[in-house]
Amino acid sequence: MKRLLTAAFALFLSQFIAHGALAGVKIEHWQTAGGTRVYFVESRVLPMLDVQVDFAAGSMFDPEGKSGLAALTRGILDLGAGGRDETAIAEQLADIGANLGGSADTDRASITLRTLSAPDKRQAALDILASVVHRPQFAAPVFAREQARTIAGLKEAMTRPDSIAGKAFWAALYPSHPYGRQATPESIAALTRDDLVAFHARHYTAANASITLVGDIARSDAERIAEAIAGGLPAGQASTLPAPPEKPKWNLTQLAHPASQAHIYLGLPAVERGNPDYFPLLIGNYTLGGGGFVSRLMKEVRDKRGYAYSVYSYFAPLRQAGPFQIGLQTKRSQAGEAIKVVREVLADFLKNGPDDDELAAAKANLTGSFPLRLDSNKKLLDNAAAIGFYGLPLDYLDQYQAQVQAVTARDIRQAFARHVRQENLVTVTVAAD
Amino acid sequence: MRLKYLLSVLLAAGLSTAALANPYETTLKNGLRVIVKEDRRAPTAVHMVWYRIGSTDEVDGSSGVAHVLEHMMFKGTPSVGPGEFNKRVAAAGGRDNAFTSRDYTAYFQQVPKESLPDMMALEADRMRHLTVDAKEFAQEIKVVMEERRMRTDDNPQAKLFEQMNAVALQAHPYRRPIIGWMSDLEAMTAADAKAWYDTWYVPNNAYVVITGDVDHRAVFALAEKHYGALEGRPLPPRRQQVEPAQQGMRRIVVKAPAELPVLIMGYKAPILRDIERDSEPYALEMLAAVLDGHDAARFNKKLVREERVALSAGIDYDNTARGPGMIYLHGTPSEGKTVDDLEKALRAEIARVQSEGISDAELKRAKAQLLAAQVYKLDSMFGQAMEIGQIEAVGLPYQKLDRMLDKLQQVSAADVQAVARKYFGDDTLTVGVLDPQPLDGKPRRPVTATRH
Repeated sequence: MKRLLTAAFALFLSQFIAHGALAGVKIEHWQTAGGTRVYFVESRVLPMLDVQVDFAAGSMFDPEGKSGLAALTRGILDLGAGGRDETAIAEQLADIGANLGGSADTDRASITLRTLSAPDKRQAALDILASVVHRPQFAAPVFAREQARTIAGLKEAMTRPDSIAGKAFWAALYPSHPYGRQATPESIAALTRDDLVAFHARHYTAANASITLVGDIARSDAERIAEAIAGGLPAGQASTLPAPPEKPKWNLTQLAHPASQAHIYLGLPAVERGNPDYFPLLIGNYTLGGGGFVSRLMKEVRDKRGYAYSVYSYFAPLRQAGPFQIGLQTKRSQAGEAIKVVREVLADFLKNGPDDDELAAAKANLTGSFPLRLDSNKKLLDNAAAIGFYGLPLDYLDQYQAQVQAVTARDIRQAFARHVRQENLVTVTVAAD
Repeated sequence: MRLKYLLSVLLAAGLSTAALANPYETTLKNGLRVIVKEDRRAPTAVHMVWYRIGSTDEVDGSSGVAHVLEHMMFKGTPSVGPGEFNKRVAAAGGRDNAFTSRDYTAYFQQVPKESLPDMMALEADRMRHLTVDAKEFAQEIKVVMEERRMRTDDNPQAKLFEQMNAVALQAHPYRRPIIGWMSDLEAMTAADAKAWYDTWYVPNNAYVVITGDVDHRAVFALAEKHYGALEGRPLPPRRQQVEPAQQGMRRIVVKAPAELPVLIMGYKAPILRDIERDSEPYALEMLAAVLDGHDAARFNKKLVREERVALSAGIDYDNTARGPGMIYLHGTPSEGKTVDDLEKALRAEIARVQSEGISDAELKRAKAQLLAAQVYKLDSMFGQAMEIGQIEAVGLPYQKLDRMLDKLQQVSAADVQAVARKYFGDDTLTVGVLDPQPLDGKPRRPVTATRH
């Protein structure tokens, strides 16, 4: 509802989808005694500390038939741990002004902590963080309640055109890979507390973790903190990855819905994190649909024709080949026409790539905006945690601008030819006439 | 208070760049105020131009024009072609956008600090030289209609909120949606947008807020260079539109395709007008924090976790605005519970505060969170610029932001109990219910209990 009020009280000119791109800064790296990877950025300006603990425990590790297990496990993790019940955790955090958060996506389950860096507060907050990671209770009544709330939330989502389209899109992209499997009310209802306990024991381990710290502490403190977090985890072993996703055959899914606007997604599984083609794809996509107001999709679909408020494309590299996605919403009667325009823009881009001016503009923005990617502790944390979790080079941020500059139009055309083929393109529409 | 003392020591030690005078301010001859908050953490800057004009200044039949004009502001001037604004910001490595609220319209760029002068040149240009082209307008109004479909027409909760406000308020323009009614958008012309621009977009109706790695003296000189030549002009009088006192409960039901019902209970509430003399808006804000400020705050603890009458429950209260205030209780009932059950439960929580008050521990906890939030907010340059801009937009001085926080720290448990007793009467209540409709004709569980 907070979102509802914000949405109602302020209208932005446009909505942008984050590219998920990263950008240079001094990241210190070491391993704990047990082998957990640690990433640390010392930042002394503000008297605060951010800590993020990531586990390879996202939904891609949901066992067959237990879709939603990873998300529910993460969701209940901080609702009672060690000797504290959920009320004690929330009250003690609030008493010291600390915020505990995090979530699970396809790849990662994250626990984040923001606290004041004054030693008494910091230590109290870190104690809670450690107990949440080490000894979640998964109390039966809490499990039953959160299971019911998750089911209700899923049923609600299944009435929303954007959620329906999103779920159908991932299912069509990944017909035989865990990325395509979705939690359903039935799959959640079938989960038991034992499933959560087993999932936690298997995946929330030292071998499967990376720890990122940003803020007002010394390296020696960071080392102690990381050791305390990792030291309480079972050694475990790294999660095993499923076979990489196969590219789907061209297909179209059309779903009925009474909404006034059609929701339209086009895309395919593209690249994984660390793929050398990522930079050419990123830079090319800036021209295609990533560059906000200056992209071709925006010009053709929104500016010239007034078909949509929001139209975009992006690459979301994941542990395994993540999606390339184009998305828009338009009045249901003109969905066909809008899709035609999108396909034309895409086809032309795949054939010809960006022109010289477009390439120069993309590079100017992506290199020029680099400082904006790093101008808060929160952004530093996000970047360092992603580098850590995905094992990207430690100098990834330092090299970012050079990587962008080195890309040629030919690199872009070739990278798109390798990863974005029409014969693999999946289209999903909801509420299109 | 010990915590506070500790914090100010920490802040003083940490923020060596924050001199006492920061933020700095100047006013140009044409009436344009320029507020600069230096923050040298990173080599970036935020540039915002705020206009004291929002949907509340619109009239019936022209709802949405403030927001449409905001869109048109990207469509060019004699010296900067259509779409060129975004292109130049992008080329400078920047990000830009704009937003329209009930009280104001604001434009911003986040840029590497070197690009700040270019941004000022661009904003100054479109402050007085916008081209409102009929062809561009014809395309852009369609975009805005799509935006309305996406945000409101196909969003059951937003639709409920829109219709509820239209019922809770009858005379005050806050009753109209910011994005405008669809029929008003359909009837709108380029001339309407142009007239809006010509009337309100003048330097004496605007202020510039800049945060980042900048020197305020240099920024003042740049402001004079770019904005100084723009001419000011007297503004038309704004009529005070006063909402008559509500004398009896109002109820509204909205049907929309959805699974879950939603309940919103909106009470008329006071707004902060005088930072020193007012006390109730602070007390209501602390009440909201005690009820819904963290995961174990009363609403979540009692209604979601213990009684399980709600899937979610919350309270929303913004105590600053140009117009009248509302405090909203809201939630979604759990499976097997109705909105009536939820309404009773929400009322019971308010009644509990009315009769028993709140504990010192609860109040202390809420205050500790506020103090920490003061530190955390400094992590975002954009957030700091927003804070200054928003408080100025409602007519309160940004210099008093810290004073407002002091006043919040002074709120007592008795103050909280007193406002709980005063502002949750049925006579000023509007209840809105989302009655979820099946997408495919399947019957749904009843939203309200059947009465016999």
